Amino acid sequence: MDSVVQLQRQLVDYTVQLFNEGLLDDQFNQLQQLQDESNPDFVVEVVTLFFEDSERLLDELAKALEQQSVDYTKIDAHVHQLKGSSSSIGAQRVQKVCIDFRNFCEERNIEGQVYLQLTCQKCLHQVKREYSLVKTKLETLFKLEQKVLAAGGSIPWPM
Amino acid sequence: MESCNCIEPQWPAEELLMKYQYISDFFIALAYFSIPLELIYFVKKSSVFPYRWVLVQFGAFIVLCGATHLINLWTFNMHSRTVAVVMTTSKVLTAVVSCATALMLVHIIPDLLSVKTRELFLKNKAAELDREMGLIRTQEETGRHVRMLTHEIRSTLDRHTILKTTLVELGRTLALEECALWMPTRTGLELQLSYTLRQQNPVEYTVPIQLPVINQVFSSNRAVKISPNSPVARIRPIAGKYMPGEVVAVRVPLLHLSNFQINDWPELSTRRYALMVLMLPSDSARQWHVHELELVEVVADQVAVALSHAAILEESMRARDLLMEQNVALDHARREAETAIRARNDFLAVMNHEMRTPMHAIIALSSLLQETELTPEQRLMVETILKSSNLLVTLINDVLDLSRLEDGSLQLELGTFNLHAVFWEVLNLIKPVASVKKLHITLDLAPDLPECAIGDEKRLMQTTLNVVGNAVKFSKEGSISITAFVAKSESLRDIRAPDFFPAPSDDHFYLRVQVKDSGQGINPQEIPKLFTKFAQTQTLANRNSNGSGLGLAISKRFVNLMEGHIWIESEGLGKGCTVIFIVKLCIPKRSNESKSPFLPNANHGQSSFPGLKVLVLDDNGVSRMVTRGLLVHLGCDVTAVSSSDECLHVVSQEHKVLFIDVCMPDGFEVAVRLHEKFTKRHERPLIVALAGNTDKVTKENCMRVGMDGVILKPVSVDKMRSVLSDLLEHWVLFDTM
Repeated sequence: MDSVVQLQRQLVDYTVQLFNEGLLDDQFNQLQQLQDESNPDFVVEVVTLFFEDSERLLDELAKALEQQSVDYTKIDAHVHQLKGSSSSIGAQRVQKVCIDFRNFCEERNIEGQVYLQLTCQKCLHQVKREYSLVKTKLETLFKLEQKVLAAGGSIPWPM
Repeated sequence: MESCNCIEPQWPAEELLMKYQYISDFFIALAYFSIPLELIYFVKKSSVFPYRWVLVQFGAFIVLCGATHLINLWTFNMHSRTVAVVMTTSKVLTAVVSCATALMLVHIIPDLLSVKTRELFLKNKAAELDREMGLIRTQEETGRHVRMLTHEIRSTLDRHTILKTTLVELGRTLALEECALWMPTRTGLELQLSYTLRQQNPVEYTVPIQLPVINQVFSSNRAVKISPNSPVARIRPIAGKYMPGEVVAVRVPLLHLSNFQINDWPELSTRRYALMVLMLPSDSARQWHVHELELVEVVADQVAVALSHAAILEESMRARDLLMEQNVALDHARREAETAIRARNDFLAVMNHEMRTPMHAIIALSSLLQETELTPEQRLMVETILKSSNLLVTLINDVLDLSRLEDGSLQLELGTFNLHAVFWEVLNLIKPVASVKKLHITLDLAPDLPECAIGDEKRLMQTTLNVVGNAVKFSKEGSISITAFVAKSESLRDIRAPDFFPAPSDDHFYLRVQVKDSGQGINPQEIPKLFTKFAQTQTLANRNSNGSGLGLAISKRFVNLMEGHIWIESEGLGKGCTVIFIVKLCIPKRSNESKSPFLPNANHGQSSFPGLKVLVLDDNGVSRMVTRGLLVHLGCDVTAVSSSDECLHVVSQEHKVLFIDVCMPDGFEVAVRLHEKFTKRHERPLIVALAGNTDKVTKENCMRVGMDGVILKPVSVDKMRSVLSDLLEHWVLFDTM
């Protein structure tokens, strides 16, 4: 019993921390609300889809930036997709860096090619970093959830 | 032998006499010959002599006379007959000519005399013209002086410069000894010496304004000669034997601005004048000429005009400066206000977040506690903790709301809820407190009160709780009764709410709630103050009262938002009081299952829209999955597609709602195609846009392609629920951003 409570407390603390750091926002709460008996793994499914989708998009972005002549329209489209996905699951910081990325791309008329390419690569770097951060954290979160469920407790969602 | 008619000289001894006669005749002849020559010469020289032929005649006459005398020379001695003949001829001719000349002269001399008269006349005329020329020149010079003076005076708008320039120029133009200006003092009873020409720092003389000489000058608009001994002229010390020059004084009208404000034209009676005194140099025997006086009068008028301009300019500059100051002050105040608002908003935002975080922890852990094994008492306690914490979260939200309420940016969250349950919940919450105070509470719900209603449940609850809470707080003993019923038209028009004209109709009703207590009552005069923020009346302040006083203010605003009215009736201190509010609620068209209105964390497994066929179009996989999950959670039958072609292929009349992500490149096009495919409104699904931002352009685009509503992504469960309710009720979504 104690361990369950402890685990649950750990889970709660961890989640609160994620919210505090701005990694997740209210949308994640909404997702958790959608999880019920008829749809018990909803959150995990959505987040897994997000991981797959994002990794695909990040690969595309990296490839696109390595081209001789970079197609910024395509890059913009990819980032837009990533932004949409991250906002759908509530990955706030990923969303934010995507917005910044798009803003940089819009200024392409003004800056020179090389500078823009470098800037885009820097943005991509940032996105990748935020993404891996949120991925690690969410994976840890899910592991904690599993532990709680295994110990016989229930997940105190939503908050 | 011819007879000799010649007379032989009797006295041969008179040869001397004859010699003298001889010589005289010779010289006479000479003179007689030279005179015409001179005449001819000079006449030839001059061209204007009109009497040429007279001259010829005269010349002939003289010549003949000369000839006669010349011939006479030969007659002194023996002479021949020829000589005699010649002599006779010449004498005859001479006689003729001289007679003719004499006759002619009779005509000519009057003419010649009249020439002289004409000459005299012309000379007079010339003299007169000269005089007039002199006058005109003087006048023209005066005019020039005036123009120059005017130009000098009018080229500056500075009062001091104007007056100084006037004096200087006048002094120069008219070569004055002294020129002085007396201005009326503020009291208007005296004239003060303000400016002089020669003296640099005039001693501050004053003379009373009612002197006869001053009145004389002020009563006429002409320059008036005054005595050098009058007090206004005695500016310089009289140095003994000098005979002072003539002095002239003229009035200078001072136009005050106020003259133009009362009527259109300044009134004569309120005119003020200054006095300008001009003194000619002493001992110069100069006199004031008319043109000089005229000059002075003209200058005085010009000075008046220039002074009035200067006064107007001063006034307008002052007004402008004042306005600029006010502008600066206002700008400063505005910036301060803006800063204050920003600071307040920042503070609220931060505090909001800071307050929510521990609240989340409390709620989460209380929920956890609920899941564990508890005794019934413990369970009750935990439940109360949870409810209180939720209430507190609501309160925190409402502190933010209040600022949003004041900005006008708060909107009600409409939803279907159980109306009866609201009141029971309030009762349950307040019962513990009331029983501690031994107050008896009754709840009376009218039989015709609908069980379900559409409105902002949370805020209705908050308002009711606030009102009831106040009743409990301010009653030490007795009972409190809560009644709720549907307000009928007659009771709607209450004299206490004179500008409240509700119009009941089929789809909404007015809920009237009365909370009556038997507590302290309120002084009727204090009632208006109660609804203002943070105000607490003196009589109510006692040990037990606490709270910031926001409650009634917030409640009033909520009631207003719900298109209602709230007021308090009390007969006075000690007679209890009744709080009444009326709010507008909508009647739900379909009966919904009741759900617990209070705990937002209650299970959401219930569906509000069983079997509703919905289509979702979104090209983003994650987004699509989330929206789908959301709708499935609400019980809908969801089909999710990722391309517009697929969407148009799949869509059918059975689908009631279509959600389109308008960030897709062809999102809007789908809406257009849909309108083409389903021409009749009831055949096609309702189209709702899921948009990433809510700016005007997006909304307009959605309206343009004929969408039925727009929602901002990401969508919460509650939001989606209310959206669907609204949609299905009204067939169109109002602004739900």
